[in-house]
Amino acid sequence: MTSYAESRETTEGKVFTVTGGDWDEVIAGHDPVSEERIVVNLGPQHPSTHGVLRLILELEGESVTETRVVVGYLHTGIEKNLEYRNWTQGTTFVTRMDYLAPMFNEAAYCLGVEKLLGIGVPERATTIRVIMMELNRIASHLVWLATTGLELGALSMMLYGFREREMILDIFELASGLRMNHAYIRPGGLAQDLPDAAVAKTREFLELMPGKLKEYENLLSGQPIWMKRTKGVAVLDVTGCLALGVTGPVLRSAGLGWDLRKTMPYCGYETYEFDVPVRESADVWGRYEVRLDEMRESLKIVEQALDRLAPGPVMVEDRKIAWPAQLALGVDGLGNSLEHVAKIMGQSMEALIHHFKLVTEGFRVPPGQVYVGIEAPRGELGAHVVSDGGTRPYRVHYRDPSFVNLQALPAISEGGLLADVIAGGASLDPVMGGCDR
Amino acid sequence: MGLEEKLPAGILLTSVEKLVNWSRKSSFWPATFGLACCAIEMMAAGASRFDLGRWGMEVFRASPRQADLMIVAGRVSQKMAPVLRQIYDQMPDPKWVLSMGVCASSGGMFNNYAIVQGVDHVVPVDMYLPGCPPRPEMLIDAILKLREKIMAAPLGANGRKMLAAREERYGKPVSPPGSVPSSYAVDKAKRAEWLKAVAEGREEQLRIENWMRRQDHLAEVEK
Amino acid sequence: MTVPIPTTPTGASSGAPAEHPPSSPAGRGMFGVAGSGDTSGFGGLERRRPTALDTPRPYGEGFDEVVDALEAAYPAFDEAIERVVVDRGELTLHIRPEHIVEVCQALRDDEALRYELCSSVSGVDYLGQPDGRRLHAVYELTSMTYRRRVRLEVAVAADEPHIPSVTRVYPTADWQEREAYDMFGIVFDGHPNLTRILMPDDWEGFPQRKDYPLGGVPVEYKGVEIPPPDQRRSYQ
Repeated sequence: MTSYAESRETTEGKVFTVTGGDWDEVIAGHDPVSEERIVVNLGPQHPSTHGVLRLILELEGESVTETRVVVGYLHTGIEKNLEYRNWTQGTTFVTRMDYLAPMFNEAAYCLGVEKLLGIGVPERATTIRVIMMELNRIASHLVWLATTGLELGALSMMLYGFREREMILDIFELASGLRMNHAYIRPGGLAQDLPDAAVAKTREFLELMPGKLKEYENLLSGQPIWMKRTKGVAVLDVTGCLALGVTGPVLRSAGLGWDLRKTMPYCGYETYEFDVPVRESADVWGRYEVRLDEMRESLKIVEQALDRLAPGPVMVEDRKIAWPAQLALGVDGLGNSLEHVAKIMGQSMEALIHHFKLVTEGFRVPPGQVYVGIEAPRGELGAHVVSDGGTRPYRVHYRDPSFVNLQALPAISEGGLLADVIAGGASLDPVMGGCDR
Repeated sequence: MGLEEKLPAGILLTSVEKLVNWSRKSSFWPATFGLACCAIEMMAAGASRFDLGRWGMEVFRASPRQADLMIVAGRVSQKMAPVLRQIYDQMPDPKWVLSMGVCASSGGMFNNYAIVQGVDHVVPVDMYLPGCPPRPEMLIDAILKLREKIMAAPLGANGRKMLAAREERYGKPVSPPGSVPSSYAVDKAKRAEWLKAVAEGREEQLRIENWMRRQDHLAEVEK
Repeated sequence: MTVPIPTTPTGASSGAPAEHPPSSPAGRGMFGVAGSGDTSGFGGLERRRPTALDTPRPYGEGFDEVVDALEAAYPAFDEAIERVVVDRGELTLHIRPEHIVEVCQALRDDEALRYELCSSVSGVDYLGQPDGRRLHAVYELTSMTYRRRVRLEVAVAADEPHIPSVTRVYPTADWQEREAYDMFGIVFDGHPNLTRILMPDDWEGFPQRKDYPLGGVPVEYKGVEIPPPDQRRSYQ
C-alpha cells in the first residue's frame, strides 16, 4: 500500500507530512462536483424584485436538480375581507391583489357583479375601461421589462421602464386621483368621468411611446448578452403550458394564440382591430418579444378607443345601483361636488334616500354565481363571484394568473443553470400580491 | 463645492456627536424589504423622476448586513413576520426602520387574520409613513424627516445626559426634530413660519392656507 | 325620567356571514331591511330565490349539446350528475364527489367536449345547508376548441370532506386544490402534495370557512375605538 503521507506520533497526536504530487490519486475516487448537492434557499427577501417568493433549489454545482416554490408570504385574506364589505367597497379591496394591474382586478370584479345584476354599462364607461386596461397593460409590461432587465444585468432598462410608466401613472392620476390601486372601475360604470386633460395626456403618450419601444429594442434585442441569456432558456412548450394551466404571454410564446380578448371577448374588444402576437420559441426570448409586441398592440387599441369616445354618462342609469356622488375639487380637497350636495339636500328627496341607502347599505345583487375571465397582462384573470342576494358578496374567488403560472417554475428551471432560474422566473412575470391574495 | 471649501482657515470645530450623526444620516443605505404595492412606489422613488440618488440612496442593498435603513414597504403577513424579524436582526447597529404605507404602520385596510397589524409588533419603528400607497414624494419626505431625527439624536449615555441638561436649560424644542415637513424645513423663512404656527397650535391651518394660495383656480374663487 | 335600555337594534346586525346563510330571505326589492320600519316603498325588483332546483330542458345557448355530449361520453351520467343549472348564461353541473375525476376525464378527452384548460378550482362554504354538505369545490373548465366554459360543482360535508383530486387529469389543479384545502379544509384524495400553501404550515383552522372569524383587532382613531369589521354594527 502506498503511503501518501508520512506520519509520526507527537505529544499532540498523529502528524502527517504531506509532500504533494499525489493529490490526483487521492481525489480520483471522489468527484466533488457531481456528488455534492447543495440546498440553496432563495428566501422570501431577495433582490429579485418579484416580491416575496421563496425558492428552495437543490443544486449540483451550477445546475438545478430540484426546485421547490413556497408562496403565501403575502397572503392578505382579501377574499375573506370582501365578505364583510359592500359590493361597491369590494372594488377597493380587489384592486390591491395584483398591484401592477389594478384596473384588471377591478374590471374582472365589476364585470362579475354586473353579470349577476344583469345590467349593462354605458358605452362611454366601457370605452374608458378599455383605455384604462390597455394603459395598465403597457404599464405592467414596462415594469416587467424594467425588473427583468435589472435582474439580467441591464440596469438602465430599470430607469427607462419606470420613466415611461410615470407618464401612464400621470394619466391614471388625472382620471382617478391615485397613481396605483385606484378604485376607479366600479360596479355599474366608473367612479368619475375622464377629464379632458387625461385625454390630451393620453394622446401625447401615444405619440411618444412607439419611439421609446424602438429604443428598448435597440438597447436589448441585438445585444449578445441579452440574447445569450434569453434564447433557449426556460423552455415550456405548448403541452406543458396547457397541462399546467399557464395562460398569457407564456402560452403565446409557445405558439398558441389564446387571448381572451379575441377568443371570448368582453367589454367590446371584438370591435377593436388588433393582433395577438405569437412566437414559437417558447423561451424567455419569445416571451420578451411577445410582451414588446403586446405593448404596441395596446397602443393601437388605446388610439382606437380614444377616437370613439363620445360624450355620455359613465354610470348606469338605474339610481338604485349607480354610485351617487360625483367627486370634485373643493376648497378643502377632493370631495362631493357642490351640485350633488345641493341636489340631495335641497332638491330631490329621492336622491337623498338613494345616496343614504347606497352608502350605508349598498345595493342588493340577486343570488347566483358567475365566473368572468379577462386577459390580464399575466394571463387569464378570473373572478368567481357568488351572491346570496344580500348587500355583500357571499364569496369572491380570484383565479390569478400569477398563482397558476408559478406552478410552472419547477418545470422550466429543473435541469437548467442557476442563472436561468432567475431568467425563467422573471419571464413568468409573477406578482406575489396576485399569487397570494 | 462642499463644506470644506467654506471653512475659514481650514479648521472645523464640531462635536463628535454632530460629526457621527452627520455621517450616519448622509450615508443612509436602505435594505430591500419591498413586499407589495408600496414596494413599487419605493422603486419609483428610486427611479429617475423622484430620484433617491440625490441623497445617495438609489442603490438598495440586497444584503441586510450592508444596510442601515429598513423600509418595510407593504403588508406583512403572518407567514412573513418571522422573516422580517430575522432580516432586522441581521442588520448591524446603528439601524432604523421606516414603516411605509398604512399596512406596515397599522395593518391598513386589512384588519384580519392574515396581516400583522403594524410592524411595530415585530420590530421597533422610527418613522411611520401613512398612505396607500404613499407617493414617492411622501416617502422622500419621510426619509428626510428621519434624517433630521438622526441628526438630532444623542450619542451614547453621556449624550443623553447632555441632551437632558440642554433641554432643562433652554426648554424642549417647539417642534421635535424630524417633525417639520421637508418642504418647510429647507427655507429659513418658511421654517420660522412653521415653528410660529406650531407654537400657536395651527400648523395644519397654515398648510391648508398655503396650499390654497398655490391653487390658482381657488384663489380666483376667493376673490 | 326613563333611562333607555340598550338592546340590539332590530333590522341591523353585525352582518357576519355566518349569521346570514344563503337561504335567508333578505327582503324584497333592492333596498329592504327585514323586521324594521323601512318605508321607502320601493319593491320593484323581485329577487329570485337561490336555485336549489334543476333547470328544466331545453337549456338554450348551446348547453343542450354539451350535456348531451357528456351523457354520450360518460356512461354513468345519471348517477354522477345531481343537478344541472343554467343561470346568467352559464352552465353549472353539480356532480357527486366520487365521479368527479371521471367526469373531468370525459370532458377533457371527448371530441365533442374538449375542455382542455381547467381555469379555476375554487372553494365555497355554504353554511346552513339543510343536507349538511356545506363545502363546495367549484371547477371552472374552459374549452379552447369550442370557446365555451362549464362549471362543475361538488359538495361535501365538513366532517367528511374528501374529494378525489383531479390533478391526474388537470395538473394545473395542483396548487388550486392546495389552496382549497388550506382555506376550507377540503381534503383531495390522491393529491401529490396536499399541504398548506397560503397560511403558515402550522396554522390551525381553515380561514375562509364562514364560521372562522375574520380575526381583526379594534382600532383606536382620534380617541374613538372602532371594532373590527366582523363586529361592527352594520346595515344589511
